[in-house]
Amino acid sequence: MEWASWNEFWSMGGYGLYVWGSYAAVVVGILIEVILLKRGQSDTVRRLRRLQSWESQ
Amino acid sequence: MLRFLFIIIRRDMLLAARRRGDWLTSQFFFVMVVSMFPLGIGPEPEVLRMVGPGVVWVAALLASLLSLPRLFAEDYRDGSLEQMLLSPEPTVLVTLGKALAHWCIYGIPLLLITPLLGIQFALSAEAIWVLVLSLMIGTPVLSLLGSVGAALTLGLRGGGVLLTLLILPLYVPALIFGAGAVDGALSGVGYEAHLSLLGAFLVLTLMVAPWVAASALRVSIE
Amino acid sequence: MSIAWYKYAAPVTFYHLAGRLAPWFAWGAALLTVIGLYIGFFVAPTDFQQGEAYRVIFIHVPAAWMSMFIYLVMAFWSAIGLAWNTRLSFMMARALAPTGALFAFLSLWTGAFWGKPMWGAWWVWDARLTSALILFFLYVGIMALWAAIDDRRRGDKAGALLTLVGAINIPIIYFSVKWWNTLHQGASISLTKAPTMATVMLVGMLVMAFAAWFYTIAVALVRVRSIILERERQTEWVKEILER
Repeated sequence: MEWASWNEFWSMGGYGLYVWGSYAAVVVGILIEVILLKRGQSDTVRRLRRLQSWESQ
Repeated sequence: MLRFLFIIIRRDMLLAARRRGDWLTSQFFFVMVVSMFPLGIGPEPEVLRMVGPGVVWVAALLASLLSLPRLFAEDYRDGSLEQMLLSPEPTVLVTLGKALAHWCIYGIPLLLITPLLGIQFALSAEAIWVLVLSLMIGTPVLSLLGSVGAALTLGLRGGGVLLTLLILPLYVPALIFGAGAVDGALSGVGYEAHLSLLGAFLVLTLMVAPWVAASALRVSIE
Repeated sequence: MSIAWYKYAAPVTFYHLAGRLAPWFAWGAALLTVIGLYIGFFVAPTDFQQGEAYRVIFIHVPAAWMSMFIYLVMAFWSAIGLAWNTRLSFMMARALAPTGALFAFLSLWTGAFWGKPMWGAWWVWDARLTSALILFFLYVGIMALWAAIDDRRRGDKAGALLTLVGAINIPIIYFSVKWWNTLHQGASISLTKAPTMATVMLVGMLVMAFAAWFYTIAVALVRVRSIILERERQTEWVKEILER
């Protein structure tokens, strides 16, 4: 184990901002993509269902 | 085949000669953009000499992008483009001819203006000569690559801005080798290597771009 | 071994196949990320040159690799699509592009956050950074072209042509940027001499790279399913799915 305490873990030897700044960006980027993906998927299904019910009328 | 190519070039140049305002716009755009830079960064000759080649090159890229959306658009609107594609001659000749005509209309006047702009930027006679030489090799690349973008964005809304987004990244090697040649001449490193690389890029573009533009044109018109 | 590839190229088969595979890849990505981060943060030792700041590489390098690799895959599908006019290839290219752009952006962002403590500036006009930036621009251009073209077939083919032109151009861009960089020595800091890396660090990085792969595959599969539904909505099987 490299770290004596959580505090030390979060400070990353003084480079905390840089390390966690980049990891945070990755987490945010992936979260945004996954949320957009999920939303896009259900949107597509909903829109196609509506189109289909129009067409069948 | 050559005859067809010449007909295409001649036709575009005749059309351009009848509508002088169109192509003069991009030349004046070029001159004005370049002239804005000293106003923005100050008149110190050393600074101007340092940024001059890059500024002239970037302005040349933008000026080419300004005139490119019209490359196929008017012939597309009046239906003559479709006639050209229907002719038994290969489409490559249409795109190649139009790109070459574009270079004659946009590129050659630009070469003639450049020495004056070089003087504005306190460049030495040798640097101006290299700058003109690099543009002479480089501007056909811009016309050829630009014809691909013009064919891809034919008839789209916001085509001009879109064209810029698509094509500007592809212009990077031409910009680097072209402006680099002048830098090389200024710093005494020599400019031959840059110009040879730019020439190689031109040859490659000449071999690839007209074909891609032809397929793009067919895709866009279908 | 004869697998009927064309069978999987049929949208209906692929839709169901993708639906079955996507969760596996998603869970695989999650598992690999946990393992990779554990190695990266708890097993890998402190780097004697860079201190703890080097731990950015566990995401920076995978992101940079993926951004390039995804472009290659897109170019591959574009070439296949243009050559054989297979519908699915174009859909795959479209499904991959947003993720590629995301990774290109993340590689730039994490590169900046790694560069700041290492060479004192958020951004340096280094050859790699500059080419990564231009790669990001290429992704943006391709997606802008797709967005601007309403006609599906035209959009597919135009995007594919642009992807291929970009693919031919990327090595030249990289070479030219490198050339430009060596000439302007004043601003450049050599990154090419990578410090020798401990094996544990390398392992952590590779695990994270696999995690990025799995993630990309999972996301692309989910995205391609939506695209398939949309494009095949006149077919019976899509109607059946929607009625459920």
